[in-house]
Amino acid sequence: MTTSLIPAPTRPWVASPKDRLFDLGIFALALVVDFLLVVVTPMKGKLAYVLVFAIAYVTLSALRQFIVRGTASAKDAFVSSLVAFGAFVTLLPILSIFVTVIEKGSKGIHLGLFTHDMSMATPTDPLSNGGLLHAITGTLTLVALALIMSVPIGILTALYLTEIQGRFTKPIRFLVQAMSGVPSIVAGLFILSAVLYPIAKNYSGFMGSLALTILMIPTIARTSEEVLRLIPNDLREAGTALGGTQWRTVAMIVLPAARSGLVTAMILGVARIAGETAPILLLTGGGDKVNGNAFNGPIGSLPYYIWKSFNAGSPESITRAWAGLLVLLILVLVFFTIARFLGSRKVAK
Amino acid sequence: MTDSTESENEKMDATIKPSSLGDVASSVTRRTPGTMAMGRGLEARGIHAWFGKNHVLSDITLDFAAGTVTALIGPSGCGKSTFIRTINRMHEFIPTAAMAGEVLLDGKDVYAPGTDVTKIRLQIGMVFQKPNPFPSMTIGQNVLSGLKLAQLKVANKDDLMQECLERAGLWNEVKDRLNAHGGSLSGGQQQRLCIARALAVRPQVLLMDEPCSALDPGSTLRIEETIRHLSDSMTIIIVTHNMQQAARVSDYTAFFLSDNGPGQMIECAPTSEIFSRPRDKRTENYVTGRFG
Repeated sequence: MTTSLIPAPTRPWVASPKDRLFDLGIFALALVVDFLLVVVTPMKGKLAYVLVFAIAYVTLSALRQFIVRGTASAKDAFVSSLVAFGAFVTLLPILSIFVTVIEKGSKGIHLGLFTHDMSMATPTDPLSNGGLLHAITGTLTLVALALIMSVPIGILTALYLTEIQGRFTKPIRFLVQAMSGVPSIVAGLFILSAVLYPIAKNYSGFMGSLALTILMIPTIARTSEEVLRLIPNDLREAGTALGGTQWRTVAMIVLPAARSGLVTAMILGVARIAGETAPILLLTGGGDKVNGNAFNGPIGSLPYYIWKSFNAGSPESITRAWAGLLVLLILVLVFFTIARFLGSRKVAK
Repeated sequence: MTDSTESENEKMDATIKPSSLGDVASSVTRRTPGTMAMGRGLEARGIHAWFGKNHVLSDITLDFAAGTVTALIGPSGCGKSTFIRTINRMHEFIPTAAMAGEVLLDGKDVYAPGTDVTKIRLQIGMVFQKPNPFPSMTIGQNVLSGLKLAQLKVANKDDLMQECLERAGLWNEVKDRLNAHGGSLSGGQQQRLCIARALAVRPQVLLMDEPCSALDPGSTLRIEETIRHLSDSMTIIIVTHNMQQAARVSDYTAFFLSDNGPGQMIECAPTSEIFSRPRDKRTENYVTGRFG
């Protein structure tokens, strides 16, 4: 057997150890420059450190590329380090929120949270008394009701915009876009003055979910529209060419093909409203007791609980508020994870 | 060229087995149109088509005898696809579209007032340029999708599925994975799946809009064999840019051309004549590859 000479696989495009050492050197140099400048100049504080470091690092890496490779490379390095810095800055507040909420909220987390409500506990009671049950069930009730009302309306709107494309397509699209900018308190006040005072005359979960529906429809309609527009027109033509009416084609082919995207649209809508506070404060009436009837009487919810606990002011209730925040954050994260999971799952290629 | 075409056609004739499937008598000989139980064919009478003010198709009159394969050839943009889309009334989906003329299926105008357009499309099936199996359905469901779309009942779905896949020349390749998704097939298989899907509603006429232009030569050959088999039981109109393909599969060929105006039909004749002694100089230039 002849052993033919197979060269060892190499990856010449990857940065060599020497290059990496250089990169590290630039980083260290930028740090040194950063410290020196902050010590010498009157600029002080954490913000100054971050800003001066960013400027120093961007300048130094561009300078190095200029010396090694020339102007074009220097510009490239300048822009890429700027972009990297921008991404880092975006991440910072998000991470900071997470860390703070977890740090402060975890103290108030105990199993009793999920089995008790606050009807038998006062704000100054020890943390082990009372729980979030009324708020969690309330939020789930509000979200479920809002979902039931907004999903059909949202998806039908999207179908009108993409499939029927009637005379009102443009004004409706414009209105839906404008609606997604409606401040939540406006939706709350609208339901308060148009439904709660004149008709219902009583706080209830349903009133809250009406306002949430107003906020949720634009999200669902717009996301669904985007999804439906991605469905190739070939499929619609194939459906009608086989003797299907437009309705049969949409129901049998277009909607199933868009299924995962439509699920994503729903969950994005849920995530949009799960933490909504202003209309809830106006319309649901709060309450510390689990209320199984969404159509009558005050109902608790996580945002309301958080707002109320912060207002109570005692150290225990503030810890309770942070725990509520943590639970709400986890709830929204769970929704997003489900959305990503369902959205990325392909029915077929 | 004629000789080779003829001999090839004869070869293909020899390989065609009488179809025991479908509702057509198996003793039918091809190229004797009008004698079959497949309807009286299709006639286009003075078809014009417009997109907005743009007159794209002018005065097309063509007969498609039952059981024949007619190829429509011509350069891009001469209105071939527009023409076949007027036949099954897909033309009207374009918002600015307009048309004039008559399309007679068994002597009845498909544009007559009160005509149920979905019934027309059941009788005149269509296969598109790009394979487009329904992504949310399995292979088997794709074949039967036309029945569900049109809400037709059929006694034995499995038999129909097998029959259609066999006629489309796909059965042997997919019989063990009917529950796989249509998207898992190769491009050529997907196109044959689309043909099987079109066959399931038992159309009298099958329109094919460049069915092989996105496919490799091997798949193209399979589909051409399928077309030859199908012409036993239905009328086929195929748009193609591939003149060899037109020569291989069709009984008649119509040459379309737009001379900076609306598309016109320059001539229509038996395929062997179009390729050997075309009457019009422009046809000759096109089929001999001098332009287009």
